[in-house]
Amino acid sequence: MKPKLGILGAGKLGIVLAQRAVAAGYPVTIASSKPAQSIKLTVSVLAPGATAADSGDVIQQSDVIILALPLSKFRNLDPSLFKNKLVIDAMNYWWEVDGPRDTLIPAHMSSSEAVQAYFKKARVVKALSHMGYHELHDMARPFLKTDRKAIAIAGDNQHNTSEVATIVDDFGFDPLFIGKLAQGKVLEPGQPGFGTALSKNALQHRLENKTQS
Amino acid sequence: MPQNKTYPQFGLDTFGDVPKDESGTLVSHAEAIRTVIDEAVLADTLGIDSIGVGEHHREDYAISSPETVLAGIATKTNQITLASAVTVLSSDDPVRVYERFATLDALSNGRAQVILGRGSFTESFPLFGYDLKDYETLFEEKVALFSELVKEKPITWQGDKTQSLDGADVYPKTESGSLDVAIGVGGSPESVIRTAKYGFKLVLAIIGGAPARFAPYVDLYKQAVKELGTTEYPVGMHSPGLIADSDEEAIKLAWPAFKKMWDRVGRTRGWPPYTREQFDYEVAHGSLYVGSAETVAKKIAAAMKAVGAERFDMVYGGGEVSIAARRKTIELYGSKVIPMVKELLKSNET
Repeated sequence: MKPKLGILGAGKLGIVLAQRAVAAGYPVTIASSKPAQSIKLTVSVLAPGATAADSGDVIQQSDVIILALPLSKFRNLDPSLFKNKLVIDAMNYWWEVDGPRDTLIPAHMSSSEAVQAYFKKARVVKALSHMGYHELHDMARPFLKTDRKAIAIAGDNQHNTSEVATIVDDFGFDPLFIGKLAQGKVLEPGQPGFGTALSKNALQHRLENKTQS
Repeated sequence: MPQNKTYPQFGLDTFGDVPKDESGTLVSHAEAIRTVIDEAVLADTLGIDSIGVGEHHREDYAISSPETVLAGIATKTNQITLASAVTVLSSDDPVRVYERFATLDALSNGRAQVILGRGSFTESFPLFGYDLKDYETLFEEKVALFSELVKEKPITWQGDKTQSLDGADVYPKTESGSLDVAIGVGGSPESVIRTAKYGFKLVLAIIGGAPARFAPYVDLYKQAVKELGTTEYPVGMHSPGLIADSDEEAIKLAWPAFKKMWDRVGRTRGWPPYTREQFDYEVAHGSLYVGSAETVAKKIAAAMKAVGAERFDMVYGGGEVSIAARRKTIELYGSKVIPMVKELLKSNET
């Protein structure tokens, strides 16, 4: 039995992740910041098989929750609802819409550490954040293990990152463990891992060498 | 909408990139603008359906005031539709946008088309005194106001981020009774539904990845139109390209220009450097229409079919390419590519 996936955010990222999840055979619910009704048509046409729901229901009913909302909005969610949930943080700090970074994330923290600090009782793993929407669509190889691109995974607990690795694999990508949430910083905008759609070896090499070429 | 057009349609778009002259030197912004006017005249002569000019407020693009450029084009052309691509409505005044495009419509005998969008850059926000925090709400409210303005009747409006109006009327009135309005959408489902809600035309900006990814967006638009009871229009798509005598020549010209352009934009967005692998993928499977006339025609026909689009606008001259290469793209697009695509679409029907 596959775990129930809930996606928070029904924009470009949320929709493409819902498509991947449905294709991989997961039960999927998805919510935006508005009532379910406002995204019902969008979800039924763009990600048939996924179910639009209110965000409270999505959180409550899901085993795994993917955060695909603007980073500046995650504190609008009630952290008490996330107790013991596995949370995949797919968000990125985006200066154009999120405002100055230090108003949102303490300077010494990776953005996913700040997310974990807010959702204290949740099990936060950073993944699915560094690849562009169209690559998440075009490059997924769910049923083939060849010619795959890698998705980096950062988390503080091995059991949690393994669970996420299974999901990443089912979505059609090679999971690449890169360390703890703090190391997730290398996947943020302006860092070597951001915007990459590379093979596992190439991504590993890039992150180890921290090159920008 | 005023213009009874036949589909499929084919247009050109430019952001007013600063091109290189014969000696390989970048021309001035002023020269870049005059270059676009000459190119639009050429496109008009070739029978290309539309020319769209973008609005940017950055050093690499010369056009910040699209309707002024379009007004210049209007007086020198006869048939070509004059479009913005796009008008950044969020940081503009909807009343002014109406006034300027209604004026352009008068100058051009009804050839104006305003394509509204949120734009992919945000420089205009601080420049005009807007807060990026209002990115979503500004667009939402201004599109709503604009949709009232284009009815060309006195309007009463309670504004939050916009002015409040009490039976105000706007001029000049258009001869056809309404402006031709579209919304440019980059992949936000909410924007697709908004377009359907206001009964505007939809143009999809597809600048990366396999075009087929956007086919469900066309379905979404059509279903939303049906649910909301508005009018359905043929959907357009907009993608970058460069056409030359051979595939090799086109790639040789396009690669350094795109590399430099993407890297410049990417630096501000935290992207890694643009790789040759990405470029080759886009040319072969994605959304770069680079090659000989035949290669590009086949690719456009396949993409329009995959997406369900009936209008294709090629963004030409992206990055630092020469004026000669830009003219070559336009000449081949108008004289060879468009007729070939029309044939291919026809043969696909049977």
